Amino acid sequence: MSAMRKRLYFMLPALAFAIVAIAFVWALNPERDPSYVPSAMVSKASPNFDLPPLEPIGLPGLSTADLSQGEVVLVNFFASWCLPCQAEHPHLTALAAQMDIPLYGINHKDKTEHATAWLQRLGNPYDKIGVDGGRALVDWGVYGLPETFVVDGDGQIRFHFRGPLDPKTVAEKFVPLIESLRQ
Amino acid sequence: MIAELGHFALILALIVALVQGILPMIGAARGYPGWMAMAKPAALFQLLFVTLSFAALTHAYVVSDFTLLNVVQNSHSAKPMLYKISGVWGNHEGSMLLWILILALFGSAVALFGNNLPATLKARVLGIQAWIAIGFLAFSLFTSNPFERIFPAPINGQDLNPLLQDPGLAFHPPMLYLGYVGFSMAFSFAIAALIEGRVDAAWARWVRPWTLLAWCFLTGGIALGSWWAYYELGWGGWWFWDPVENVSFMPWLLGTALLHSAIVVEKRNSLKVWTILLAILTFSLSLIGTFIVRSGLLTSVHAFATDPERGLFILLLLCLTIGGSLILFAWRAPALKAGGLFSPISRESGLIMNNLLLATACGTVFLGTLYPLFAEAISGEKLSVGPPFFNATFGPIMAPLIFLTAIGPFLSWKRADLKGVLQRLWLAGGLAIGAALLTHYLIVGGPVLAALGMGLAAWLFVATLTEWCGRIRLGRAPLSESWQRLKGLPRSAHGMTIAHSGLAIVLAGVVGASAWKQEAVENLKPGESIELAGYSYLFEGARPVTGPNYDAERGFFKVSKDGEAITDLSPERRIYRVQGMDTTEAAIHTTGLADLYAVIGQSDGQGGWTVRIFYEPLVPWLWLGSLVMILGGVVSLTDRRLRVGAPVRRRPARLSHGPGPGKGTKGTLPAKGSAGGGHRVGA
Amino acid sequence: MRRLGFFLLFLALAPAAWAVMPDERLDDPVLEARARALSADIRCLVCQNESIDSSNADLARELRILVRERLSQGDSDQEVLDFLVDKYGDFVLFDPPFKASTYALWIGPVILMLFGVGAAIFYIRRQARAFPATDGGTAFTQEEDLRVQEILNDLGPANLESSVTEGDRSGKPGPRP
Repeated sequence: MSAMRKRLYFMLPALAFAIVAIAFVWALNPERDPSYVPSAMVSKASPNFDLPPLEPIGLPGLSTADLSQGEVVLVNFFASWCLPCQAEHPHLTALAAQMDIPLYGINHKDKTEHATAWLQRLGNPYDKIGVDGGRALVDWGVYGLPETFVVDGDGQIRFHFRGPLDPKTVAEKFVPLIESLRQ
Repeated sequence: MIAELGHFALILALIVALVQGILPMIGAARGYPGWMAMAKPAALFQLLFVTLSFAALTHAYVVSDFTLLNVVQNSHSAKPMLYKISGVWGNHEGSMLLWILILALFGSAVALFGNNLPATLKARVLGIQAWIAIGFLAFSLFTSNPFERIFPAPINGQDLNPLLQDPGLAFHPPMLYLGYVGFSMAFSFAIAALIEGRVDAAWARWVRPWTLLAWCFLTGGIALGSWWAYYELGWGGWWFWDPVENVSFMPWLLGTALLHSAIVVEKRNSLKVWTILLAILTFSLSLIGTFIVRSGLLTSVHAFATDPERGLFILLLLCLTIGGSLILFAWRAPALKAGGLFSPISRESGLIMNNLLLATACGTVFLGTLYPLFAEAISGEKLSVGPPFFNATFGPIMAPLIFLTAIGPFLSWKRADLKGVLQRLWLAGGLAIGAALLTHYLIVGGPVLAALGMGLAAWLFVATLTEWCGRIRLGRAPLSESWQRLKGLPRSAHGMTIAHSGLAIVLAGVVGASAWKQEAVENLKPGESIELAGYSYLFEGARPVTGPNYDAERGFFKVSKDGEAITDLSPERRIYRVQGMDTTEAAIHTTGLADLYAVIGQSDGQGGWTVRIFYEPLVPWLWLGSLVMILGGVVSLTDRRLRVGAPVRRRPARLSHGPGPGKGTKGTLPAKGSAGGGHRVGA
Repeated sequence: MRRLGFFLLFLALAPAAWAVMPDERLDDPVLEARARALSADIRCLVCQNESIDSSNADLARELRILVRERLSQGDSDQEVLDFLVDKYGDFVLFDPPFKASTYALWIGPVILMLFGVGAAIFYIRRQARAFPATDGGTAFTQEEDLRVQEILNDLGPANLESSVTEGDRSGKPGPRP
């Protein structure tokens, strides 16, 4: 074994550590959320579901067919017991009004009276609301609330966002995307 | 006021550490005895200041000083005293301080007891220890100051996470840290040896007791953590391959390898480069573990509050310590001289196999733990690596290791007579096959792997005892002679026998607990009962009880077997008032062969309770085996050679050549500097 | 802030059920056993590092029930897993599938082992070549070992330090194997 090659072998541990260290530096990026799991549903067709309406509100329920009417729509999972849902409510309302886009809600595991009271108190931005006893959550690959999907006119899921909307996300992610999908 | 003194003491400790890190190193390089001698008082003062600082924080917890942010966030006046004290290290800032305290403790131990170390080596070891301390003191002072005040002070605190309010977890972190930080000694010795360009038997003899001590603590820390998970999390599991468990297990695996490779350096002056690398890597893994747990890089059931700034700081420390030492290794290690020679069948080769398998096991755990991170970095893909991966890869590596652990102690140094060794193992082999068949016969339909596992455990246990009996000639010589031999046998030999039997017991526990666990979940009304594994659990009802900082519902069970009362079990479901979090307190009755384990859940509001009963075979053996392993380590630590320390470095007096007249030591003289030590054994 | 938001959201979903509940169980013990085994390898997304079998989260309960429904409808284990992967991605699998992005994970340990074995063989053989095999280099028998031990004992522990070196051991002519 030549002296050079011997030296090289002795450098292996340091090189291996360098790789690990680079991975650590990358992982510490503050933009990275270790617990974030991207949705597997994006660029798939919206799932098969058929949800009953939230009776007291007087709006129709929600089903797969509603999502392929040739129009870009928003689908939002919410519940009255979910605090971040309340936080995003004004921004969601503003987004729907600004873009004049149909906003469909899926009310997950909620009591009818609680959901109704919540919508009456905060205002109802939804055009249709489906009531989900639990399974629609899995059908959509959702694991927390709130989560919001952008679905194109053919019923394809084009974008997904986990967590509460804020003005920055609305302006940077949703508005440009909806505009480009409409063209 | 006391808190400010604590803060000030911590700053003083940093200054003293700077002195300790600079002067003795220069002194050792230039040969100034006075500068080198500074290391000892500096190490002691560092311990003094860190102790004062730690005492100040503990005081704040004990008196519930809610002007300290750290106390507010982690304590509550109604918390029992034990958990007020354990709350000191139940959080990021306080546990960092404990880390530093233990580091200072080890440093002072070398300063006090290392009188027989050569002056330069001692100065360098303490200097390197000081640099580690400087890093962590700076980290503590600049990013994680535990003495930060809060104004206005709240009336009461936010309490400690209820899961941590438990006797097992109160002592788990100190044990774990004593292990982690203990490996810093081996690390400092390794770096000092690289600087000096010299590794010999004497060096190995200084390193081994420190490694052994750290290993004992780490074994205890891991076992305690596992025990806690077993009775506190309420589903009867004891090992989950969670990243937090894995990062404590990796240094244990490499530390175990280091223990064994240091024997080869000590006895045969061989494997030096590898041993140095192991010493560096073992401590590096301890640091990486600290980093992973505190930076929140990986998702785990248990992580400290995370902060990117802190993460960056520890990463910087990591790169300096690990990167720096590995570069030093690449630069200096090629110059280390190879030592004694040996044939392919020998104790040396056996220990190399041991190291190879342990290192591979450690590498596998490392890969599995960090792979999701690597995959995400490269492809953005999120994936999980869980128990199925570790079970599939770890078992096949450990099985041959344990198989060979039984044979290794029979091999003699340099060249072993394999045929003779195997002849002495027929009993162990026979009993192992017997145990496997018996297991298979007794538990019909059980997994075949479990039978093989029990056979392997029996193999290791019997072989270990055979080796020990052979050494004291039990049954072959009169009892009085055996007794004499027993007394004459070095403690490290007993230690090895004990530790290896402990491993066999743990293995049996792992196999039994994984293969034959039974579980029943029912909704029970008072008066109803569950039958499980031959035991009958009569539910007598539940009633509310009140603890100091929690409210609980306690269930009552009468356990019987064949109509005969065995025990009463009363598990609890607690709701901690401050954090509103509920915990389960399992009730466990151990029969020695199995645990009877009961947990109570929520009431269904109609007079019934969800009740969960586990039958946990051989789980007690896990804890027993761990204790036996630690005992083996402790016994070995009391070995005279280790206790007295190594002799001064010198050429050995060539006194005897063994019993025969032969003098033909052709080409196998011990390398220069070997300080001998004629025992054949090593643990 | 984003992390805090997520934290709140997890809290929102956290409490409720308590691992597998009696009402979830299937009557068919074989199917139930399959469901248990399957659930143990499916990762709960809300609680991050627990399987749906041991998690208390609401979502985990929903998934446990779903797994049982699909098994009862005659799905194979793989079909159930495929359904979940379709919805949530590979992240739900504790047992990562063998595919391009996990080759390094599954082959890594084998490569490590081979590399280690190679290095060990190289090292041991180099040693052995230099080791004098022809003369006197035989092992002690057990009897001889014990005899050495005896002599060492006679010397007394105090004399042991640096009195007999290991290197001398092979010097003694022993019986050839």
